[in-house]
Amino acid sequence: MSAIPAETSLRTGAKEVEEVNYLNAEQSLKSWLITGDHKRIAILYLISVSFFFFLGSIAAGLIRYELTSPAGFVLESETYNKVFSAHGIIMVFLFLIVAIPAVLGNFLLPLQVGARDLAFPRLNLLSWYLYMIGGTLIMGGIINGGVDSGWTFYVPYSSMYANSNVAIVLVGIFIAGFSSITTGINFIVTTHKMRAPGMTWFRLPLFVWAMYATSVVIILGTPVVAITLLCVALERMFHFPIFSPELGGDPVLFQHLFWFYSHPAVYIMILPAFGVQSELIANFARKRVFGYHFIAFSTLAIAGLGFLVWGHHMFISSQSMYQSVVFSLITFLVAVPSAIKIFNWTATLYKGNIRMQTPMIYALGFIGLFTIGGLTGLFLGSIGTNIHLTNTYFIVAHFHYVMVGGAVTAFLGGLHFWWPKMTGRMYPETIAKWNAALVFIGFNLTFFPQFIVGFMGMPRRYHYYYFAPEYQPYHIMSSLGASVLALSFIVPGWYLTQSLITGKRASANPWGAHGLEWETASPPPTSNFLQTPIVLDEVYDFDPVAEHEASRSARALEVPHYDAEGTNTKETHES
Amino acid sequence: MAAIAHEGMEPEGQAYNPARHHEALHHQFEDIDQQNESYLVGMWTFLVTEVMFFGALFLIYTLYRSMYLKDWFLAHEALSIPMGMVNTFVLLFSSWTVAMAVRAAQLHDRKQVLMYLSITQLCAMAFMVIKAFEYTEKFNHHLIPGPGFGSHPEYLHGANPNFAQLYFGLYFTMTGVHGIHVLVGIIVIAYLMAKWIRNSPMVTKDYIPTEMVGLYWHFVDLVWIFLFPLMYLMPKP
Amino acid sequence: MLTNFPLTPPQASSYAGEYDAIFYALLILTIIFTVIVGVGVLYFVVKYKQGTDADRSRPVYEDLRLELSWTFIPMILALVMFYFGTSLFIKMRVPPADAQEIYVIGKQWMWHVQHSNGVRENNTLHVPAGKPVKLTMISQDVIHAFFIPAFRAQMHVVPGRYTTMWFTPTQPGKYHLFCSMYCGTQHSEMGGTVVVMEPREWANWIANGGQSQPPLTLEQAGQKQFNQLQCGNCHGVADGPRGPGLQNLFGSKRKLADGRTVIADEAYVRESILRPHNKVTAGYEVTMPVYDGQINEEDVVKLLSYIKVFGKPTGVPAASPTSADAAVLNQNGGSMTPYAANAIQYQESLQRRLDATPTTRRRNPAVNAIAAQEQANP
Repeated sequence: MSAIPAETSLRTGAKEVEEVNYLNAEQSLKSWLITGDHKRIAILYLISVSFFFFLGSIAAGLIRYELTSPAGFVLESETYNKVFSAHGIIMVFLFLIVAIPAVLGNFLLPLQVGARDLAFPRLNLLSWYLYMIGGTLIMGGIINGGVDSGWTFYVPYSSMYANSNVAIVLVGIFIAGFSSITTGINFIVTTHKMRAPGMTWFRLPLFVWAMYATSVVIILGTPVVAITLLCVALERMFHFPIFSPELGGDPVLFQHLFWFYSHPAVYIMILPAFGVQSELIANFARKRVFGYHFIAFSTLAIAGLGFLVWGHHMFISSQSMYQSVVFSLITFLVAVPSAIKIFNWTATLYKGNIRMQTPMIYALGFIGLFTIGGLTGLFLGSIGTNIHLTNTYFIVAHFHYVMVGGAVTAFLGGLHFWWPKMTGRMYPETIAKWNAALVFIGFNLTFFPQFIVGFMGMPRRYHYYYFAPEYQPYHIMSSLGASVLALSFIVPGWYLTQSLITGKRASANPWGAHGLEWETASPPPTSNFLQTPIVLDEVYDFDPVAEHEASRSARALEVPHYDAEGTNTKETHES
Repeated sequence: MAAIAHEGMEPEGQAYNPARHHEALHHQFEDIDQQNESYLVGMWTFLVTEVMFFGALFLIYTLYRSMYLKDWFLAHEALSIPMGMVNTFVLLFSSWTVAMAVRAAQLHDRKQVLMYLSITQLCAMAFMVIKAFEYTEKFNHHLIPGPGFGSHPEYLHGANPNFAQLYFGLYFTMTGVHGIHVLVGIIVIAYLMAKWIRNSPMVTKDYIPTEMVGLYWHFVDLVWIFLFPLMYLMPKP
Repeated sequence: MLTNFPLTPPQASSYAGEYDAIFYALLILTIIFTVIVGVGVLYFVVKYKQGTDADRSRPVYEDLRLELSWTFIPMILALVMFYFGTSLFIKMRVPPADAQEIYVIGKQWMWHVQHSNGVRENNTLHVPAGKPVKLTMISQDVIHAFFIPAFRAQMHVVPGRYTTMWFTPTQPGKYHLFCSMYCGTQHSEMGGTVVVMEPREWANWIANGGQSQPPLTLEQAGQKQFNQLQCGNCHGVADGPRGPGLQNLFGSKRKLADGRTVIADEAYVRESILRPHNKVTAGYEVTMPVYDGQINEEDVVKLLSYIKVFGKPTGVPAASPTSADAAVLNQNGGSMTPYAANAIQYQESLQRRLDATPTTRRRNPAVNAIAAQEQANP
């Protein structure tokens, strides 16, 4: 791609039709609600997940506010339990699992492989509707009385003892699960069958590899949790005793089935983040990703091994000791592919031509936070140390480092990176940069103290801790951090929305990036490409040396070049 | 990067290719072969998810059966083997008719397709009717799990009521989920038949949609082929 | 300052030290890797930032040796950590043969502990320092988890099956006990204290039925109460100037100031304590204060018992609680679920396991309680 100068026939072609794109092709609300266009569905998803993220964050804020006092001062215990359950259920099932695949994946996968759409556009729309129906049921259950079983729904509490709307929420998750499955099928078929001529497997951007691996995990894991949660719902509604210990059922079997999905679900959340991360690092280091093949294969290795480690959530659940040993061994092995990725991204920076723009700040933050999140996972994967740390705030801190420090950071980075492509507008760079730093500070302040208080023994899901006041300083730190973090999530919501109206118009390729999505207009036309592209060159075909030379001579001669704002200065002057 | 073709147009310097102008072609695909391959890959991927879906239930079944072999054997005697047997043959026969429908679709024989699909549809409904009779009997015998379970112990054949309840919980869950799949099959086949009746080129010019429905129906049969011996034909321990 | 900001939990069990050693080894490894990556990233960012004149010639995109080394070095380190973690785990999970058995029953939202001699306690656990203790645990309702951070010991408590954990406490003191598995509304309050005692102290404690002192008899308690209220100021063994004597008072005939004669039975004594003006002994003024509303019935019973034996040496019948008390467990057993009616089947499998185990276990109150419950719900 880079071998040919930016001004190709394709770009000229794009400019001619800049007026008509997927956003303004049809204006009515109906045209959005019955659209088959993967880009429009991605926008629908973006609006929905942002909404659910907002709701989940409110719950998180309430939790943090309440925990500043060891004896609680706002909520009843029952309400507190409902609030943390709502936080977990919304964030896991309605935000994390969906966010990157359904927003960025939906938008980018066909563009990156050079297809006009996903293989099954109507299935894709159905997926959004299923998600919304599931989300509505879940929110209905949460608002109209609440659910207090935690997002893990351990039986027999959830099936017989919980006195809240467990059943309707389970049905909602069941339906939302099928939304995941349809998206997964769509991505797999699109990756296999819809690649443009010349787009071989090893020319695929790593984001596509990540989405492919994610989809494999989705289609293998989600049905299992769907039927398991359905069994719990049946047990609750009709007294079908599937897991009831009183009748000889096995509550630990539920945990096995639940984690058989829910551990891979962690990879559904983090693999797409890895994909985004590879794109960001390559583009802003202006260099082909180091060890492309190793990153691609480590993605598949994680997806595969990820299915063999679910038992590490159950080391103290009374499963057999030998089982625990095997699960621990595989858990240590699954850490290796993640380490490979971290080292490869770091090595990509070597001899690059690094631009410190907002998405890159998120990407570098990701490396730091994910390294901590991943390594603290070893404390939990090692069975001996797991015994003391599991069910404490240590585990809460660990998975927030992976889920927020990893997945959410990557989502924000990716959103900034592809924002001009999605909306045709640039976001304000200066405030976005400062905000990225704020996310990093707020996040660490929120979750680092939780490692310490967890090691000291503070169990998770505790409303009160008046009997252990030594934990309070850490909770106060954490809550302070949470308010910083909340601010840093509100700010992008505000400036990204504002940029839709006042943002600078983005050129087709404002970053000078490589990849088929940058070969078409911003925003792209409804059919993505006016002509089916043929791929002739390798992926991430940057040339840091030449680019460095060019920018040096450019400074000398004052010819157009890409400045730190990511826009072509010459174009900016013209407009 | 070079452009080769506008949508719906021939690439420069290439001859007219009928695969790019097929009546059943959807806009997102380049040609009919790509579309058909995509459909089949998609269908098989979907069937993989279905295998995982039922797989979890079969896993639960296997575990509990090994734990409570004796009581489950006694409880299973409440099921009617003749009814299950008839249902098995009904589904096996419908599998054959749906295969014949696919063959007829490949031969573009619309009349035959409709005939075979109708027979399949009848079989599916017959299956559901027989299942309904079976469920009614269990209901009358108080074999529905829940507070009133086993209030007529003579129908438990001496099995421990708790383990028997576990057995019937799984029986209703598994056959119920399978029954829902049969119902979905009935709807999908009806939709396909409507397309054939209206002579839609989507099905008449391209046999793949019919084959996809056939694949789904074979899968539904296959699940029953496992369910029947596991539920109805337990060996005496 | 440091006491307000503790960074670590106390180390109070035999394997806590080894646990912490592995924990800190992992921590050091984490810090080393984070620093390597962090410094690497920062160094490259500063050196190769756009516009710097660093040498960018001959960029590398793949290097098999590098890839293999950062595949296999972490893998070997991971296997080493796996080895240490697993050997610690096995140590933490296999109790020594001489471990003393204590039974723990979890229910919403309390811990019920039964010692082998029948002593029961709720939400506390008293254990001797220096002796291995094995907890055999089961839940009556949902899944709980028994967690003692200071011991680095944690285990789920599951309905329908026994789970075990063991530890050897080393430091006498009081430690947190938590339920760490979410179990419903009052989950965060389902906890208490683990009290580690010197072995001799503990032996006394367990011999006294769960108290550090032998429990007071009713008469002793009455004597204590008597002294607290300073009744002795007026009442002695024999009749005094301010009040009648109490020796041999109980059961005797009393002449009252209004001429009636009554038998000094329980009702009389109670009345005379609470409302002395009603039955004034002949020859005395009403100088005694009214205790009605001042002391409760429990105290009256104590005083009554003391007065019965006033002037005689008090006996010391420190009765130890009987295992029949364990029937308390039944109180909540029956009404939990719709299934309760057709029996709690898991007890059958429990019984099967019990039949196969040594008699010490059968004699244990927790087990007896469950067995009793089974008989109650055939």
